[in-house]
Amino acid sequence: MVLPLLALTVVLLIWELTARHSGWSEQVFPSPSKVMRGMSELIASGALLQHSIASLFRVTAGFYLAVIFAIPLGILLGRVETFSLMLNPVIQFLRPISPLAWIPLAVLWFGIGDKPAVFLIFLACFFPLVVATAIAARSINPIFFQVAANFKFNRWETITRIILPAIMLNVLTALRLTVGIGWLVVVAAEMLAVRSGLGYLILDSRNALRMDYVMVGMMMIGLIGIVLDYLMQQLAHLHPSLLRTQ
Amino acid sequence: MGHILIQDVCKSYPNRRLERRGPRDPYLPGQMMQVLDHIHLEFLEGEMVCLLGPSGCGKSTLLRIIAGFDRPLSGEVIIDGKKVVGPSPNHIFVFQHSGLLPWMTVWQNVELGVRNVKDIQTRREKIQENIDLVELTDFEQHYPHQLSGGMQRRAELARALAANPDVLIMDEPFNGLDFLSHMKIREEIVNMHELLRKTTLVVTHDIDDALLMGDRIVVMGNKPTQVKLNRQLDFPHPRDPKKNAALSDLRDELFLMLGVSYAV
Repeated sequence: MVLPLLALTVVLLIWELTARHSGWSEQVFPSPSKVMRGMSELIASGALLQHSIASLFRVTAGFYLAVIFAIPLGILLGRVETFSLMLNPVIQFLRPISPLAWIPLAVLWFGIGDKPAVFLIFLACFFPLVVATAIAARSINPIFFQVAANFKFNRWETITRIILPAIMLNVLTALRLTVGIGWLVVVAAEMLAVRSGLGYLILDSRNALRMDYVMVGMMMIGLIGIVLDYLMQQLAHLHPSLLRTQ
Repeated sequence: MGHILIQDVCKSYPNRRLERRGPRDPYLPGQMMQVLDHIHLEFLEGEMVCLLGPSGCGKSTLLRIIAGFDRPLSGEVIIDGKKVVGPSPNHIFVFQHSGLLPWMTVWQNVELGVRNVKDIQTRREKIQENIDLVELTDFEQHYPHQLSGGMQRRAELARALAANPDVLIMDEPFNGLDFLSHMKIREEIVNMHELLRKTTLVVTHDIDDALLMGDRIVVMGNKPTQVKLNRQLDFPHPRDPKKNAALSDLRDELFLMLGVSYAV
């Protein structure tokens, strides 16, 4: 607990010193104290909370949509040869296209508001998740399936008692990475066609030349990112068998 | 129950090696190599059969065919008059490395064998009975990774027994165990067999295991695999080759057969 706090103090100190002696004005490079003042203003007006909630809502919606589609599809891709032969080229083709490249289409298809942003986050989360799930499902130890055959598991039992638990640990890691990606993309997504969210706060503050507010937005993104990552990490501790050493 | 008839079983695999191992290597790269060559064997009900042979001689392949995990190229395996067409709870396979499901406790793993028992009370009793039989009482709620290698092997044995199969198939059950666990589990398997009299097939490369456990010893030879020896043993347990001349002679014979002339 001491070391991170020490590092944080040093960073703040360097920031304060460079801000004071850089020769730039407070408008261009605000000092930490000015940003803190800006933050308390935004907290007091309720704007910061409102924008954070708006961003979190979009990330949550896009992320859950991705989870709902990507995990079953990933299992099919990993376990059914025909599926992987058929769909893998399509997925590998779409995967390297940045979600940001979809922005024009997203706005055209979904208009303005939450929908295009949620769609972009869905795209950003979907591909890493589907690929990670497929790899996990493909690499399940074949002995487990022989055990299932030996004890006459039906299809449902094979899915719930072999496949899902076997891929769980890898999928949780993928979920943790994916939330991070979603959170990265939300800021970009909110710079178009919406009037709320932390991305919008940053864009709007830039237009108003309030660099202190821009920095408040950035700090909020960082803080919420840490919390999200911590929460996802805790998921792995929900069930003791997930901590197995194998 | 548990009479096994192996009729004329052949099996080949494609040779995946890129080069011949030497000028006398009969297997050319890319060609099919025959691992089982017209195997005929008959195991009686309740017998403990030990399969011996050098590594790569196809004894595990034969075991997997009996279990139904693998199909023979020709020939068939008949258990109690019925042809084996696939895996079944009637012949449970105990894997060389742990076949326990790591996300389930010992209790849940053993429960896999009694899923078809409808009455919850009877089911609980059966699970507990088998866990007690392998001396894993108080470890019901442990996960496999929390158990030692020997305890994992016993948990898997309990799971297999809970299904009440006619045939128990074990692929090198002592592999990877330390010396004392090896001795102890070997003794437990012998005791369990004396008690339950289930047809049990054990693949091993340890001649002493076969001598101490087997009601029948089958030695398989190399390239392609044929049965080199098939002998019933009629010695009471516990056995000791040092004190029994006939057993000692058989031991020397087996060592010689497997290519070791001065056995210690």
